[in-house]
Amino acid sequence: MTPRPMTTRHLAALLAGLLFGAGLAVSQMIDPAKVLGFLDIAGDWDPSLILVMVGALIVAAPAFWIADRRIRPVCGERFDIPARRDIDKRLVLGAIVFGIGWGLAGYCPGPAIAGLTLGLWQTWLFVAAMLAGMVLHRFALNR
Amino acid sequence: MSSFTPISALIGGGMIGLAAALLLLLNGRIAGVSGILGGLLDGQAGSEKGERIAFFVGLLGGPLLVGLIWRWPQATVAASIPLLIAAGLLVGFGTRLGSGCTSGHGICGVARLSPRSLAATVLFILAGMAAAYAARHLFA
Repeated sequence: MTPRPMTTRHLAALLAGLLFGAGLAVSQMIDPAKVLGFLDIAGDWDPSLILVMVGALIVAAPAFWIADRRIRPVCGERFDIPARRDIDKRLVLGAIVFGIGWGLAGYCPGPAIAGLTLGLWQTWLFVAAMLAGMVLHRFALNR
Repeated sequence: MSSFTPISALIGGGMIGLAAALLLLLNGRIAGVSGILGGLLDGQAGSEKGERIAFFVGLLGGPLLVGLIWRWPQATVAASIPLLIAAGLLVGFGTRLGSGCTSGHGICGVARLSPRSLAATVLFILAGMAAAYAARHLFA
């Protein structure tokens, strides 16, 4: 097994991160108020988030279709795609717990990280609590 | 619906989808932010770690790039300190327990029609709507 040059994979990850962060900014999903405009259906409802997902799916779905028909990615040995299909208790509980947190502040992990550079202390506080929640999960359930 | 921004939503969404497509076809990886972050926290080693960090450097830089060449991204956080802490804890714990967030399940998982991700996405959107309603109308 000869790994391809590491720098190519790093560059690809950097480029994907840049596009991801830029997309969050362009779509305004980096703004929790904008996200809450979608989640709060009793307010001045803003369906923009649905179109963000539609735009993302239009581009991402063909890529997964292609990946399904290829043996390996361009800069790697294999595709690392989850194989599980069962809907278990952890998935259901986790999604609900995450959703509640998302609806309380309007932040999910991507926009919270991407928003760290915008200079709001609230974003930093949220991310610190989010990291604590992840560590808590690890110690409470994983081992 | 005064704040509806369909064009920028579709374009920004397309960019996020392109990011997911690139990470998949080039590196064979799922662009799930909570998963990439969780992997770093779990202390995985080697080149994998560097790739995760490279992704986050990009994620942090992306909005700045948009600010420099187009318009500065706006963000308004209305939640109080206790609410932010509670929300952060729930999001961190929940995304690890449920193996994904809006990006991993909502975009990558739905794009490949994974039953787990479809279920998770419906659940976290419904739970988010319920929580947003409670926070903004019942207890505000």
